[in-house]
Amino acid sequence: MITHEWLLSDDPETRTQARLGVMYRLARDLARNPLAMVGLAIILALLLIAAFAPWLAPYSPVDGALANRLQPPSITHWMGTDELGRDILSRVIYGARITLMIVLLVVVISAPLGLLIGTVAGYYGGWVDRVLMGLTDIFLSLPRLVLALAFVAALGPGIENAVIAIAIAAWPVYARIARAEVLTFRNAEFLDAIRMQGASKARIIAFHVMPLCMASTIVRVTLDMAGIILTAAGLGFLGLGAQPPLPEWGAMISRGRSFILDQWWVATMPGFAIVIVSLGFCLFGDGLRDVLDPKQRSRG
Amino acid sequence: MNLLSVRNLRVTFPTDHGPAEVVRGLNLDLGRERLGIVGESGSGKSMTGRAIMGLVPAPGRVTADQLTFDGQDLRDLSEDARRNLRGPAMSMVLQDPKFSLNPVIRIGDQIEEAMAVHGGLGKGARRRRMLDALISVRITDPERVARLYPHEVSGGMGQRVMIAMMVVMEPALMIADEPTSALDVSVRGQVLDILADLVSRRGMGLILISHDLNMVARWCDRILVMYRGEIVEELAAGGLYDAQHPYTRGLVASLPTIDDTRDRLPVLDRSAL
Repeated sequence: MITHEWLLSDDPETRTQARLGVMYRLARDLARNPLAMVGLAIILALLLIAAFAPWLAPYSPVDGALANRLQPPSITHWMGTDELGRDILSRVIYGARITLMIVLLVVVISAPLGLLIGTVAGYYGGWVDRVLMGLTDIFLSLPRLVLALAFVAALGPGIENAVIAIAIAAWPVYARIARAEVLTFRNAEFLDAIRMQGASKARIIAFHVMPLCMASTIVRVTLDMAGIILTAAGLGFLGLGAQPPLPEWGAMISRGRSFILDQWWVATMPGFAIVIVSLGFCLFGDGLRDVLDPKQRSRG
Repeated sequence: MNLLSVRNLRVTFPTDHGPAEVVRGLNLDLGRERLGIVGESGSGKSMTGRAIMGLVPAPGRVTADQLTFDGQDLRDLSEDARRNLRGPAMSMVLQDPKFSLNPVIRIGDQIEEAMAVHGGLGKGARRRRMLDALISVRITDPERVARLYPHEVSGGMGQRVMIAMMVVMEPALMIADEPTSALDVSVRGQVLDILADLVSRRGMGLILISHDLNMVARWCDRILVMYRGEIVEELAAGGLYDAQHPYTRGLVASLPTIDDTRDRLPVLDRSAL
Protein backbone atom coordinates (compact mmCIF):
# COMPACT_ATOMS: atom_id res chain seq x y z
CA MET A 1 0.00 0.00 0.00
CA ILE A 2 1.56 3.27 -1.06
CA THR A 3 0.86 6.02 1.43
CA HIS A 4 2.28 9.45 2.13
CA GLU A 5 4.17 8.16 5.21
CA TRP A 6 5.51 5.12 3.37
CA LEU A 7 6.97 7.33 0.65
CA LEU A 8 8.52 9.82 3.07
CA SER A 9 9.95 7.20 5.44
CA ASP A 10 13.45 8.10 6.68
CA ASP A 11 14.50 4.47 6.76
CA PRO A 12 13.04 2.81 3.71
CA GLU A 13 13.00 -0.98 3.83
CA THR A 14 13.62 -1.62 0.16
CA ARG A 15 15.50 0.04 -2.63
CA THR A 16 12.28 0.56 -4.56
CA GLN A 17 10.77 2.38 -1.62
CA ALA A 18 13.80 4.65 -1.34
CA ARG A 19 13.74 5.41 -5.05
CA LEU A 20 10.02 6.10 -5.10
CA GLY A 21 10.51 8.31 -2.05
CA VAL A 22 13.09 10.44 -3.85
CA MET A 23 10.84 10.76 -6.88
CA TYR A 24 7.88 11.63 -4.67
CA ARG A 25 9.91 14.37 -2.94
CA LEU A 26 11.02 15.80 -6.30
CA ALA A 27 7.48 15.78 -7.64
CA ARG A 28 6.17 17.37 -4.45
CA ASP A 29 8.81 20.12 -4.54
CA LEU A 30 7.92 20.78 -8.15
CA ALA A 31 4.22 20.83 -7.31
CA ARG A 32 4.86 23.41 -4.58
CA ASN A 33 6.10 25.82 -7.23
CA PRO A 34 2.89 27.16 -8.82
CA LEU A 35 4.69 28.75 -11.78
CA ALA A 36 6.38 25.47 -12.66
CA MET A 37 2.99 23.78 -12.53
CA VAL A 38 1.57 26.40 -14.91
CA GLY A 39 4.52 25.67 -17.23
CA LEU A 40 3.96 21.95 -16.98
CA ALA A 41 0.24 22.39 -17.73
CA ILE A 42 1.06 24.45 -20.83
CA ILE A 43 3.57 21.86 -22.08
CA LEU A 44 1.14 18.99 -21.47
CA ALA A 45 -1.60 20.92 -23.25
CA LEU A 46 0.75 21.52 -26.18
CA LEU A 47 1.62 17.82 -26.35
CA LEU A 48 -2.04 16.76 -26.21
CA ILE A 49 -3.12 19.34 -28.78
CA ALA A 50 -0.34 18.27 -31.13
CA ALA A 51 -1.17 14.60 -30.68
CA PHE A 52 -4.92 14.97 -31.22
CA ALA A 53 -4.89 17.85 -33.73
CA PRO A 54 -7.09 16.12 -36.35
CA TRP A 55 -9.80 15.47 -33.73
CA LEU A 56 -9.55 18.85 -31.98
CA ALA A 57 -9.47 21.11 -35.01
CA PRO A 58 -13.00 22.07 -36.11
CA TYR A 59 -12.00 22.81 -39.73
CA SER A 60 -9.24 21.92 -42.17
CA PRO A 61 -6.04 23.95 -41.61
CA VAL A 62 -5.39 24.40 -45.35
CA ASP A 63 -8.77 24.59 -47.08
CA GLY A 64 -10.83 27.76 -46.73
CA ALA A 65 -13.79 29.41 -48.39
CA LEU A 66 -12.89 32.75 -49.89
CA ALA A 67 -16.42 33.97 -49.22
CA ASN A 68 -15.62 33.53 -45.54
CA ARG A 69 -12.38 35.53 -45.52
CA LEU A 70 -11.25 37.75 -42.62
CA GLN A 71 -14.20 36.96 -40.35
CA PRO A 72 -13.78 38.28 -36.78
CA PRO A 73 -13.81 35.77 -33.89
CA SER A 74 -17.31 34.31 -33.46
CA ILE A 75 -19.09 31.18 -32.29
CA THR A 76 -18.38 29.36 -35.55
CA HIS A 77 -14.78 30.55 -35.87
CA TRP A 78 -13.43 31.09 -32.33
CA MET A 79 -10.30 32.85 -33.51
CA GLY A 80 -11.73 34.23 -36.73
CA THR A 81 -10.58 33.44 -40.27
CA ASP A 82 -7.60 34.61 -42.29
CA GLU A 83 -7.32 36.27 -45.70
CA LEU A 84 -8.02 32.97 -47.52
CA GLY A 85 -11.02 32.13 -45.32
CA ARG A 86 -9.21 29.44 -43.30
CA ASP A 87 -10.16 28.89 -39.67
CA ILE A 88 -7.36 30.35 -37.52
CA LEU A 89 -8.08 28.12 -34.51
CA SER A 90 -7.57 25.00 -36.67
CA ARG A 91 -4.35 26.43 -38.04
CA VAL A 92 -3.04 27.26 -34.57
CA ILE A 93 -3.86 23.70 -33.43
CA TYR A 94 -2.05 22.12 -36.38
CA GLY A 95 0.78 24.63 -35.89
CA ALA A 96 1.48 23.06 -32.48
CA ARG A 97 2.66 19.93 -34.34
CA ILE A 98 5.10 21.90 -36.46
CA THR A 99 6.45 23.83 -33.48
CA LEU A 100 6.91 20.69 -31.43
CA MET A 101 8.62 18.89 -34.30
CA ILE A 102 11.04 21.76 -34.88
CA VAL A 103 11.93 21.98 -31.18
CA LEU A 104 12.51 18.24 -30.83
CA LEU A 105 14.56 17.90 -34.01
CA VAL A 106 16.74 20.88 -33.10
CA VAL A 107 17.38 19.44 -29.63
CA VAL A 108 18.14 15.98 -31.01
CA ILE A 109 20.69 17.43 -33.42
CA SER A 110 22.30 20.24 -31.45
CA ALA A 111 22.61 18.79 -27.93
CA PRO A 112 24.64 15.68 -28.90
CA LEU A 113 26.72 17.75 -31.32
CA GLY A 114 27.55 20.35 -28.69
CA LEU A 115 28.21 17.67 -26.09
CA LEU A 116 30.58 15.84 -28.43
CA ILE A 117 32.54 18.95 -29.45
CA GLY A 118 32.72 20.24 -25.87
CA THR A 119 33.89 16.98 -24.34
CA VAL A 120 36.47 16.33 -27.06
CA ALA A 121 37.85 19.86 -26.70
CA GLY A 122 37.95 19.67 -22.92
CA TYR A 123 39.44 16.20 -22.74
CA TYR A 124 42.12 16.53 -25.42
CA GLY A 125 43.15 20.07 -24.52
CA GLY A 126 46.05 21.66 -26.42
CA TRP A 127 45.56 22.59 -30.07
CA VAL A 128 42.39 20.46 -30.45
CA ASP A 129 40.83 22.54 -27.70
CA ARG A 130 42.01 25.81 -29.25
CA VAL A 131 40.69 24.96 -32.72
CA LEU A 132 37.31 23.66 -31.52
CA MET A 133 36.77 26.45 -29.02
CA GLY A 134 37.86 29.06 -31.58
CA LEU A 135 35.15 27.68 -33.86
CA THR A 136 32.65 27.75 -31.00
CA ASP A 137 33.53 31.35 -30.21
CA ILE A 138 32.97 32.38 -33.82
CA PHE A 139 29.48 30.86 -33.70
CA LEU A 140 28.78 32.38 -30.29
CA SER A 141 29.84 35.85 -31.39
CA LEU A 142 26.90 36.07 -33.83
CA PRO A 143 23.31 36.46 -32.65
CA ARG A 144 21.48 33.18 -32.98
CA LEU A 145 18.69 34.41 -35.25
CA VAL A 146 21.10 36.20 -37.59
CA LEU A 147 23.26 33.10 -37.86
CA ALA A 148 20.24 30.86 -38.48
CA LEU A 149 19.05 33.36 -41.11
CA ALA A 150 22.37 33.20 -42.91
CA PHE A 151 22.30 29.41 -42.97
CA VAL A 152 18.70 29.22 -44.21
CA ALA A 153 19.53 31.77 -46.88
CA ALA A 154 22.40 29.54 -47.99
CA LEU A 155 20.49 26.23 -47.71
CA GLY A 156 17.22 27.51 -49.13
CA PRO A 157 13.93 28.06 -47.26
CA GLY A 158 11.94 25.13 -45.88
CA ILE A 159 11.23 23.45 -42.61
CA GLU A 160 14.09 20.88 -42.73
CA ASN A 161 16.61 23.56 -43.56
CA ALA A 162 15.24 25.76 -40.78
CA VAL A 163 15.79 22.89 -38.34
CA ILE A 164 19.36 22.37 -39.56
CA ALA A 165 20.07 26.09 -39.42
CA ILE A 166 18.73 26.50 -35.87
CA ALA A 167 20.64 23.41 -34.74
CA ILE A 168 23.87 24.79 -36.20
CA ALA A 169 23.24 28.05 -34.36
CA ALA A 170 22.32 26.32 -31.07
CA TRP A 171 25.17 23.85 -30.39
CA PRO A 172 27.94 26.27 -29.26
CA VAL A 173 26.28 26.90 -25.89
CA TYR A 174 26.23 23.18 -25.09
CA ALA A 175 29.82 22.80 -26.24
CA ARG A 176 30.93 25.59 -23.89
CA ILE A 177 29.07 24.14 -20.92
CA ALA A 178 30.32 20.59 -21.58
CA ARG A 179 33.92 21.77 -21.96
CA ALA A 180 33.81 23.75 -18.72
CA GLU A 181 32.41 20.70 -16.97
CA VAL A 182 35.09 18.39 -18.42
CA LEU A 183 37.87 20.71 -17.29
CA THR A 184 36.79 20.24 -13.68
CA PHE A 185 37.43 16.49 -13.79
CA ARG A 186 39.74 15.77 -16.73
CA ASN A 187 42.62 15.03 -14.35
CA ALA A 188 40.42 13.14 -11.91
CA GLU A 189 41.71 9.85 -10.62
CA PHE A 190 38.77 7.85 -11.91
CA LEU A 191 39.79 8.74 -15.45
CA ASP A 192 43.35 7.67 -14.60
CA ALA A 193 41.92 4.43 -13.27
CA ILE A 194 40.18 3.78 -16.59
CA ARG A 195 43.38 4.63 -18.46
CA MET A 196 45.18 2.08 -16.27
CA GLN A 197 42.81 -0.50 -17.73
CA GLY A 198 43.82 0.42 -21.25
CA ALA A 199 40.78 2.37 -22.44
CA SER A 200 41.30 4.50 -25.55
CA LYS A 201 40.56 8.22 -25.60
CA ALA A 202 37.46 7.78 -27.75
CA ARG A 203 36.11 5.21 -25.30
CA ILE A 204 36.87 7.37 -22.28
CA ILE A 205 35.08 10.34 -23.82
CA ALA A 206 32.04 8.35 -24.91
CA PHE A 207 31.51 6.17 -21.85
CA HIS A 208 33.13 8.01 -18.96
CA VAL A 209 33.18 11.74 -19.69
CA MET A 210 29.87 12.26 -21.50
CA PRO A 211 27.64 10.71 -18.82
CA LEU A 212 29.08 13.20 -16.34
CA CYS A 213 28.14 16.17 -18.57
CA MET A 214 24.62 14.92 -19.21
CA ALA A 215 22.86 16.59 -16.26
CA SER A 216 23.98 20.14 -17.01
CA THR A 217 23.22 19.69 -20.70
CA ILE A 218 19.68 18.47 -20.04
CA VAL A 219 18.86 21.42 -17.78
CA ARG A 220 20.31 23.81 -20.32
CA VAL A 221 18.27 22.21 -23.12
CA THR A 222 14.95 22.66 -21.28
CA LEU A 223 15.82 26.29 -20.65
CA ASP A 224 16.75 26.75 -24.32
CA MET A 225 13.53 25.37 -25.75
CA ALA A 226 11.74 28.71 -25.50
CA GLY A 227 14.59 30.31 -27.45
CA ILE A 228 14.36 27.63 -30.13
CA ILE A 229 10.60 28.26 -30.49
CA LEU A 230 11.20 31.98 -30.89
CA THR A 231 13.98 31.44 -33.43
CA ALA A 232 11.78 29.05 -35.44
CA ALA A 233 8.91 31.54 -35.36
CA GLY A 234 11.31 34.31 -36.38
CA LEU A 235 12.47 32.33 -39.40
CA GLY A 236 8.84 31.55 -40.28
CA PHE A 237 7.97 35.22 -39.99
CA LEU A 238 10.74 36.13 -42.42
CA GLY A 239 9.43 33.51 -44.86
CA LEU A 240 12.49 31.28 -44.46
CA GLY A 241 10.98 28.55 -42.28
CA ALA A 242 7.87 26.53 -43.01
CA GLN A 243 6.41 27.41 -46.42
CA PRO A 244 2.75 28.06 -47.17
CA PRO A 245 0.28 26.49 -46.82
CA LEU A 246 1.82 24.91 -43.69
CA PRO A 247 0.21 26.49 -40.61
CA GLU A 248 3.44 27.57 -38.91
CA TRP A 249 2.83 30.23 -36.24
CA GLY A 250 5.59 32.65 -37.32
CA ALA A 251 4.52 32.48 -40.94
CA MET A 252 0.88 33.11 -39.87
CA ILE A 253 1.88 36.27 -38.04
CA SER A 254 3.78 37.39 -41.07
CA ARG A 255 0.71 36.95 -43.33
CA GLY A 256 -1.51 38.75 -40.84
CA ARG A 257 0.85 41.69 -40.56
CA SER A 258 -0.70 43.38 -43.62
CA PHE A 259 -4.11 43.62 -41.96
CA ILE A 260 -3.03 44.12 -38.36
CA LEU A 261 -4.92 47.42 -37.96
CA ASP A 262 -8.27 46.34 -39.38
CA GLN A 263 -8.25 42.58 -38.76
CA TRP A 264 -6.10 42.30 -35.64
CA TRP A 265 -6.98 38.65 -34.90
CA VAL A 266 -5.14 37.24 -37.92
CA ALA A 267 -1.70 38.12 -36.52
CA THR A 268 -2.57 38.18 -32.83
CA MET A 269 -3.90 34.64 -32.33
CA PRO A 270 -0.75 32.77 -33.45
CA GLY A 271 1.23 35.39 -31.53
CA PHE A 272 -0.59 34.38 -28.35
CA ALA A 273 0.25 30.76 -29.08
CA ILE A 274 3.95 31.53 -29.40
CA VAL A 275 4.04 33.62 -26.22
CA ILE A 276 2.13 31.08 -24.14
CA VAL A 277 4.14 28.07 -25.29
CA SER A 278 7.57 29.67 -24.86
CA LEU A 279 6.49 30.99 -21.46
CA GLY A 280 5.48 27.44 -20.54
CA PHE A 281 8.90 26.03 -21.39
CA CYS A 282 10.63 28.88 -19.50
CA LEU A 283 8.57 28.42 -16.34
CA PHE A 284 8.93 24.66 -16.34
CA GLY A 285 12.68 24.82 -17.04
CA ASP A 286 13.19 27.23 -14.14
CA GLY A 287 11.17 25.06 -11.79
CA LEU A 288 13.02 21.94 -12.87
CA ARG A 289 16.40 23.59 -12.34
CA ASP A 290 15.44 24.69 -8.83
CA VAL A 291 14.21 21.23 -7.90
CA LEU A 292 17.16 19.35 -9.36
CA ASP A 293 19.70 21.62 -7.68
CA PRO A 294 20.75 19.56 -4.65
CA LYS A 295 21.76 22.68 -2.72
CA GLN A 296 18.17 23.86 -2.60
CA ARG A 297 16.55 20.48 -2.09
CA SER A 298 14.19 20.48 0.87
CA ARG A 299 13.78 17.64 3.35
CA GLY A 300 10.98 16.08 5.32
CA MET B 1 63.57 -14.55 -15.59
CA ASN B 2 62.48 -11.27 -14.15
CA LEU B 3 59.00 -10.04 -14.79
CA LEU B 4 60.08 -6.43 -14.86
CA SER B 5 63.54 -5.03 -15.28
CA VAL B 6 64.31 -1.33 -15.15
CA ARG B 7 67.71 0.34 -15.56
CA ASN B 8 68.43 4.03 -15.13
CA LEU B 9 64.80 5.20 -15.25
CA ARG B 10 64.47 8.97 -15.32
CA VAL B 11 61.32 11.11 -15.26
CA THR B 12 61.75 14.81 -15.92
CA PHE B 13 59.33 17.72 -15.95
CA PRO B 14 60.15 21.02 -17.61
CA THR B 15 59.96 24.00 -15.24
CA ASP B 16 60.84 27.68 -15.44
CA HIS B 17 64.24 26.85 -13.94
CA GLY B 18 65.12 24.12 -16.41
CA PRO B 19 64.10 20.47 -16.27
CA ALA B 20 63.31 19.01 -12.85
CA GLU B 21 64.09 15.32 -12.39
CA VAL B 22 61.61 13.59 -10.13
CA VAL B 23 62.97 10.09 -10.69
CA ARG B 24 66.75 9.95 -11.07
CA GLY B 25 68.35 6.83 -12.42
CA LEU B 26 66.22 4.18 -10.77
CA ASN B 27 67.12 0.48 -11.11
CA LEU B 28 64.60 -2.17 -10.29
CA ASP B 29 64.11 -5.90 -10.81
CA LEU B 30 60.89 -7.62 -9.96
CA GLY B 31 60.04 -11.29 -10.00
CA ARG B 32 56.77 -12.82 -8.90
CA GLU B 33 57.07 -11.33 -5.45
CA ARG B 34 55.89 -8.49 -3.25
CA LEU B 35 58.14 -5.48 -3.51
CA GLY B 36 57.59 -2.45 -1.29
CA ILE B 37 58.65 1.07 -2.21
CA VAL B 38 58.69 3.50 0.68
CA GLY B 39 59.69 7.12 0.92
CA GLU B 40 58.34 10.52 1.88
CA SER B 41 55.87 12.53 -0.18
CA GLY B 42 57.44 13.79 -3.39
CA SER B 43 60.21 11.19 -3.40
CA GLY B 44 59.08 9.90 -6.80
CA LYS B 45 57.35 6.69 -5.70
CA SER B 46 54.13 7.27 -7.59
CA MET B 47 55.94 8.65 -10.64
CA THR B 48 57.96 5.43 -10.82
CA GLY B 49 54.72 3.46 -10.90
CA ARG B 50 53.20 5.70 -13.53
CA ALA B 51 56.35 5.58 -15.65
CA ILE B 52 56.17 1.77 -15.70
CA MET B 53 52.51 1.97 -16.72
CA GLY B 54 53.39 4.57 -19.36
CA LEU B 55 51.01 7.13 -17.90
CA VAL B 56 53.19 10.02 -16.75
CA PRO B 57 51.02 13.17 -17.04
CA ALA B 58 51.50 15.53 -19.96
CA PRO B 59 54.70 17.59 -19.90
CA GLY B 60 56.67 14.82 -18.16
CA ARG B 61 59.29 12.82 -20.10
CA VAL B 62 60.41 9.27 -19.34
CA THR B 63 63.83 7.89 -20.35
CA ALA B 64 65.50 4.62 -19.40
CA ASP B 65 68.44 2.50 -20.53
CA GLN B 66 66.33 -0.58 -20.09
CA LEU B 67 62.62 -1.07 -19.49
CA THR B 68 61.62 -4.65 -20.14
CA PHE B 69 58.40 -6.29 -19.07
CA ASP B 70 58.00 -10.04 -19.57
CA GLY B 71 60.69 -10.05 -22.26
CA GLN B 72 59.27 -7.08 -24.21
CA ASP B 73 61.07 -3.77 -24.43
CA LEU B 74 58.44 -1.24 -23.39
CA ARG B 75 60.41 1.63 -24.89
CA ASP B 76 59.95 0.28 -28.43
CA LEU B 77 56.20 -0.23 -28.16
CA SER B 78 53.75 2.15 -29.78
CA GLU B 79 51.19 3.98 -27.66
CA ASP B 80 48.49 1.54 -28.86
CA ALA B 81 50.59 -1.50 -27.96
CA ARG B 82 51.20 -0.13 -24.48
CA ARG B 83 47.53 0.57 -24.09
CA ASN B 84 46.82 -3.07 -24.90
CA LEU B 85 49.18 -4.15 -22.13
CA ARG B 86 47.36 -2.03 -19.57
CA GLY B 87 44.63 -4.10 -18.04
CA PRO B 88 45.45 -7.64 -19.17
CA ALA B 89 49.18 -7.51 -18.39
CA MET B 90 49.74 -4.71 -15.90
CA SER B 91 47.50 -2.50 -13.83
CA MET B 92 47.66 0.00 -11.02
CA VAL B 93 45.43 0.49 -7.98
CA LEU B 94 45.02 4.12 -7.06
CA GLN B 95 45.04 5.76 -3.70
CA ASP B 96 41.58 6.97 -2.87
CA PRO B 97 38.40 5.12 -3.89
CA LYS B 98 36.40 8.33 -3.43
CA PHE B 99 38.15 9.85 -6.43
CA SER B 100 39.07 6.72 -8.34
CA LEU B 101 35.59 5.54 -9.31
CA ASN B 102 33.42 7.38 -11.78
CA PRO B 103 30.49 8.76 -9.73
CA VAL B 104 27.83 8.29 -12.40
CA ILE B 105 28.57 4.71 -13.48
CA ARG B 106 27.44 1.59 -11.62
CA ILE B 107 30.22 -0.41 -9.96
CA GLY B 108 29.56 -3.55 -11.97
CA ASP B 109 29.81 -1.66 -15.25
CA GLN B 110 33.08 -0.05 -14.19
CA ILE B 111 34.62 -3.43 -13.42
CA GLU B 112 33.39 -4.87 -16.71
CA GLU B 113 34.88 -1.93 -18.56
CA ALA B 114 38.41 -3.40 -18.74
CA MET B 115 37.05 -6.56 -20.34
CA ALA B 116 34.91 -4.54 -22.74
CA VAL B 117 37.94 -2.43 -23.70
CA HIS B 118 40.05 -5.42 -24.62
CA GLY B 119 37.20 -7.35 -26.19
CA GLY B 120 37.04 -11.10 -26.67
CA LEU B 121 34.36 -11.84 -24.09
CA GLY B 122 30.61 -11.92 -24.45
CA LYS B 123 28.24 -10.06 -22.19
CA GLY B 124 27.40 -13.04 -20.02
CA ALA B 125 31.02 -14.10 -19.60
CA ARG B 126 31.99 -10.54 -18.66
CA ARG B 127 29.31 -10.40 -16.04
CA ARG B 128 30.33 -13.73 -14.55
CA ARG B 129 33.96 -12.67 -14.30
CA MET B 130 32.94 -9.35 -12.80
CA LEU B 131 30.98 -11.13 -10.08
CA ASP B 132 33.91 -13.52 -9.50
CA ALA B 133 36.25 -10.57 -9.11
CA LEU B 134 33.94 -9.03 -6.53
CA ILE B 135 33.82 -12.33 -4.64
CA SER B 136 37.62 -12.58 -4.77
CA VAL B 137 37.87 -9.28 -2.90
CA ARG B 138 35.50 -10.72 -0.31
CA ILE B 139 32.32 -8.94 -1.19
CA THR B 140 29.64 -11.32 -0.05
CA ASP B 141 26.68 -10.12 -2.11
CA PRO B 142 28.25 -9.22 -5.46
CA GLU B 143 24.90 -9.06 -7.27
CA ARG B 144 23.77 -6.18 -5.11
CA VAL B 145 27.09 -4.33 -4.97
CA ALA B 146 27.44 -4.48 -8.76
CA ARG B 147 24.26 -2.46 -9.08
CA LEU B 148 25.36 0.28 -6.66
CA TYR B 149 26.88 3.64 -7.50
CA PRO B 150 30.25 4.53 -5.94
CA HIS B 151 28.73 6.97 -3.43
CA GLU B 152 26.63 4.17 -2.01
CA VAL B 153 29.57 2.11 -0.73
CA SER B 154 31.96 2.71 2.17
CA GLY B 155 35.62 3.62 1.74
CA GLY B 156 36.85 0.12 2.47
CA MET B 157 34.39 -1.45 0.09
CA GLY B 158 35.28 1.17 -2.53
CA GLN B 159 38.95 0.26 -2.23
CA ARG B 160 38.11 -3.42 -2.62
CA VAL B 161 36.05 -2.56 -5.70
CA MET B 162 39.11 -0.72 -7.08
CA ILE B 163 41.21 -3.83 -6.53
CA ALA B 164 38.54 -6.01 -8.16
CA MET B 165 38.58 -3.63 -11.12
CA MET B 166 42.34 -4.03 -11.48
CA VAL B 167 42.57 -7.80 -10.97
CA VAL B 168 39.63 -8.80 -13.12
CA MET B 169 41.93 -9.17 -16.12
CA GLU B 170 44.45 -11.14 -14.01
CA PRO B 171 47.46 -8.98 -14.85
CA ALA B 172 50.98 -10.31 -14.31
CA LEU B 173 52.11 -7.08 -12.69
CA MET B 174 50.12 -5.00 -10.28
CA ILE B 175 51.22 -1.68 -8.87
CA ALA B 176 49.35 -0.59 -5.77
CA ASP B 177 49.83 3.10 -5.06
CA GLU B 178 49.06 3.58 -1.37
CA PRO B 179 46.09 1.23 -1.56
CA THR B 180 45.36 1.56 2.13
CA SER B 181 46.10 5.16 3.03
CA ALA B 182 42.44 6.21 2.80
CA LEU B 183 41.30 3.35 5.03
CA ASP B 184 41.15 2.86 8.76
CA VAL B 185 43.36 0.30 10.45
CA SER B 186 40.90 -2.59 10.66
CA VAL B 187 39.96 -2.40 6.99
CA ARG B 188 43.62 -1.92 6.03
CA GLY B 189 44.46 -5.42 7.24
CA GLN B 190 41.64 -6.92 5.16
CA VAL B 191 42.73 -5.14 1.98
CA LEU B 192 46.34 -6.27 2.42
CA ASP B 193 45.18 -9.84 3.01
CA ILE B 194 43.21 -9.73 -0.21
CA LEU B 195 46.22 -8.44 -2.12
CA ALA B 196 48.52 -11.10 -0.59
CA ASP B 197 46.04 -13.78 -1.47
CA LEU B 198 45.82 -12.63 -5.08
CA VAL B 199 49.60 -12.48 -5.40
CA SER B 200 50.13 -16.02 -4.16
CA ARG B 201 47.08 -17.53 -5.90
CA ARG B 202 47.58 -15.94 -9.30
CA GLY B 203 51.37 -15.63 -9.24
CA MET B 204 51.43 -11.87 -9.76
CA GLY B 205 54.30 -9.51 -9.25
CA LEU B 206 53.22 -6.74 -6.93
CA ILE B 207 54.77 -3.35 -6.26
CA LEU B 208 53.33 -1.79 -3.13
CA ILE B 209 53.93 1.93 -2.87
CA SER B 210 53.46 3.35 0.60
CA HIS B 211 54.83 5.66 3.22
CA ASP B 212 53.86 3.36 6.04
CA LEU B 213 57.22 1.83 7.00
CA ASN B 214 55.90 -0.73 9.45
CA MET B 215 53.23 -2.04 7.15
CA VAL B 216 55.65 -2.47 4.26
CA ALA B 217 58.26 -4.09 6.49
CA ARG B 218 55.78 -6.60 7.79
CA TRP B 219 54.18 -7.44 4.52
CA CYS B 220 56.64 -7.27 1.61
CA ASP B 221 59.40 -9.65 0.51
CA ARG B 222 61.75 -6.81 -0.28
CA ILE B 223 61.79 -3.08 0.39
CA LEU B 224 63.23 -0.22 -1.63
CA VAL B 225 63.69 3.10 0.13
CA MET B 226 63.39 6.13 -2.13
CA TYR B 227 64.56 9.63 -1.39
CA ARG B 228 64.60 12.54 -3.81
CA GLY B 229 63.98 10.34 -6.84
CA GLU B 230 66.67 7.78 -6.08
CA ILE B 231 66.73 4.43 -4.39
CA VAL B 232 68.95 4.96 -1.38
CA GLU B 233 68.69 1.51 0.09
CA GLU B 234 67.38 -1.96 -0.60
CA LEU B 235 66.37 -4.09 2.36
CA ALA B 236 65.19 -7.64 2.86
CA ALA B 237 61.86 -8.16 4.58
CA GLY B 238 62.13 -7.59 8.29
CA GLY B 239 65.54 -5.96 7.81
CA LEU B 240 64.18 -2.49 8.32
CA TYR B 241 65.83 -2.06 11.69
CA ASP B 242 69.24 -3.08 10.30
CA ALA B 243 69.16 -0.23 7.77
CA GLN B 244 72.51 1.39 7.08
CA HIS B 245 71.61 4.49 5.12
CA PRO B 246 71.19 7.61 7.30
CA TYR B 247 67.88 8.52 5.60
CA THR B 248 66.31 5.15 6.35
CA ARG B 249 67.65 5.21 9.88
CA GLY B 250 66.28 8.71 10.35
CA LEU B 251 62.87 7.58 9.12
CA VAL B 252 62.86 4.54 11.38
CA ALA B 253 63.97 6.63 14.35
CA SER B 254 61.12 9.06 13.92
CA LEU B 255 58.44 6.36 14.13
CA PRO B 256 56.58 6.44 17.43
CA THR B 257 56.06 3.14 19.24
CA ILE B 258 53.45 2.27 21.81
CA ASP B 259 55.90 1.92 24.72
CA ASP B 260 57.87 5.03 23.81
CA THR B 261 59.64 6.82 26.63
CA ARG B 262 60.99 9.68 24.52
CA ASP B 263 59.57 13.14 25.28
CA ARG B 264 60.08 14.31 21.72
CA LEU B 265 60.13 12.38 18.47
CA PRO B 266 63.36 13.04 16.58
CA VAL B 267 62.96 14.88 13.28
CA LEU B 268 64.82 13.73 10.21
CA ASP B 269 68.11 15.65 10.06
CA ARG B 270 68.39 16.51 6.38
CA SER B 271 71.71 18.30 6.70
CA ALA B 272 73.36 14.96 7.48
CA LEU B 273 72.22 13.36 4.21
